[in-house]
Amino acid sequence: MTPLLSVQGVTKRYGTHIGCADVSFDLYPGEVMGIVGESGSGKSTLLNCMAGHLPPDAGQVVFDTRSEGPKDTLAMSEPERRMLGRTDWAFVHQHARDGLRMGVSAGGNVGERLMAVGARHYGDIREQATDWLERVEIDAARVDDRPTTFSGGMQQRLQIARNLVTGPRLVFMDEPTGGLDVSVQARLLDLLRGLVRDMGLSAIIVTHDLAVVRLLADRLMVMKSGHVVEAGLTDQVLDDPQHAYSQLLVSSVLQV
Amino acid sequence: MADYNFAYLDEQTKRMIRRAILKGLAIPGYQVPFASREMPMPYGWGTGGVQVSAAVLCPDDIFKVIDQGADDTTNAVSIRAFFERTAGVETTTATAEASVIQTRHRIPEEPLSEDQILVYQVPIPEPLRFLEPRESETRKMHSLEEYGLMHVKLYEDIARHGHIATSYAYPVKVEGRYVMDPSPIPKFDNPKLGDMAAIQLFGAGREQRIYALPPYTQVVSLDFEDHPFEASKADQICGLCGASDSYLDEVIIDDAGGRLFCCSDTDYCTGRRAAGHQGPAFPGSEVAA
Ligand SMILES: Nc1ncnc2c1ncn2[C@@H]1O[C@H](COP(=O)(O)OP(=O)(O)OP(=O)(O)O)[C@@H](O)[C@H]1O
Ligand SMILES: [Mg+2]
Repeated sequence: MTPLLSVQGVTKRYGTHIGCADVSFDLYPGEVMGIVGESGSGKSTLLNCMAGHLPPDAGQVVFDTRSEGPKDTLAMSEPERRMLGRTDWAFVHQHARDGLRMGVSAGGNVGERLMAVGARHYGDIREQATDWLERVEIDAARVDDRPTTFSGGMQQRLQIARNLVTGPRLVFMDEPTGGLDVSVQARLLDLLRGLVRDMGLSAIIVTHDLAVVRLLADRLMVMKSGHVVEAGLTDQVLDDPQHAYSQLLVSSVLQV
Repeated sequence: MADYNFAYLDEQTKRMIRRAILKGLAIPGYQVPFASREMPMPYGWGTGGVQVSAAVLCPDDIFKVIDQGADDTTNAVSIRAFFERTAGVETTTATAEASVIQTRHRIPEEPLSEDQILVYQVPIPEPLRFLEPRESETRKMHSLEEYGLMHVKLYEDIARHGHIATSYAYPVKVEGRYVMDPSPIPKFDNPKLGDMAAIQLFGAGREQRIYALPPYTQVVSLDFEDHPFEASKADQICGLCGASDSYLDEVIIDDAGGRLFCCSDTDYCTGRRAAGHQGPAFPGSEVAA
């Protein structure tokens, strides 16, 4: 099987400081990859390099495109890469306000990606937006309200709806449950798990919450100081960590 | 007169502005940056339009200025006086006689011809500004033709008002490429933008942008399939000249709050009355209310 995403030797330096170094892995269709590690270990750097938000200093990010098969997205033209960003790829930010238009209604936020790819029928756009609000458990009656009137958890769910409405094949998420109350986190995780299953989504989720990867990720990469120190099936890594740092990470969480 | 170069601006500045105009004409709807000069009038008084007019005026030109359709408002009078003084050009209020027309917020009712230039005063040239304040991002959206956001604006309009409530500065797509703000003309005027015989030049002074539509350019107003664009106006006829096809202003005519609809294009209205047309409110008219 062709990997949906094949990452090879991705390296990013900030001056002499290492953001992430020589990261390689394959992600297959329908798979969810978790990336864990302490603060500053390079998780967001790696995610942003893969999603085309940061130019890496070295490496390849090969995506299996619909029309032309595997292509290095870093070598693509900018219009092509941005098109990918609004069709087959989605990016869920940790802070919902980074991923939403706060001055635009919930319906307009969800509808934007549809309009970006050419939808020009108001009734259809609104229907799809309403449908997606319900799928992320937001009352359809809120379709004309601005996200500023939503709670943190609702904003995050709206961001997810806005990203998934065009049926992307790959979703990048940076701490999607960060900054939310524990009970709100649990509900969001549940929702995400359902969506991943129902839509057969492939996803890369950055988090330092091991409960998130336990619930969502098929595979896991552990990062430290910009390097991947251990990778494997989620249950294996969590239940039988091999690297000393992974052992520390797992045990420190279990103590909490 | 001797105190000024012809049309106030020095020749080098005019050349720089003409280069921007030519570039704008070569890429219809594209916003060309230019180094806007201080003019002896405040921003908001049409300094962009004035600079463009200064760059295109020749001594033989006949110049007309309209402000929301009228030749006699303070703004129109002072700009006209400015060029009478600094360029010594002849001025007129008759649309058909003018070779250069500077306008704020209207397109004349009378169709323009190939030997005319229409210069618009533009306050905010960027149609995407409303939803995307970052200039770096809007520039990228234009260059990559990413215009989904423009429809988000129209979507919001319908969601809030039940119909597209934008009635001024209604966004258009030029030659299937650039999305453009036509300046705050009423959307009633939008159909006149396309396929026009005259050259149309747009000048934004504070924002330092010039853009243009060469003659006979395709201009399409953005809309949704189920909410098509409509060039609406008040469903009335002009009280003075009886015109049913012109854009109307509603004016209060007495202390009792009496109202009158009349042509916003004063030259058009005057011309019709001179030709014998009468509206229901015309003094002496039998149908006067
Ligand atoms: N713009 C930047 N300029 C310089 N150094 C940076 C920049 N962004 C990140 N770094 C550094 O690169 C390293 C990796 O940072 P990154 O943000 O990827 O970590 P992270 O694993 O996402 O951390 P967190 O869990 O806190 O979000 C850190 O040492 C960080 O200080
Ligand atoms: Mg991070």
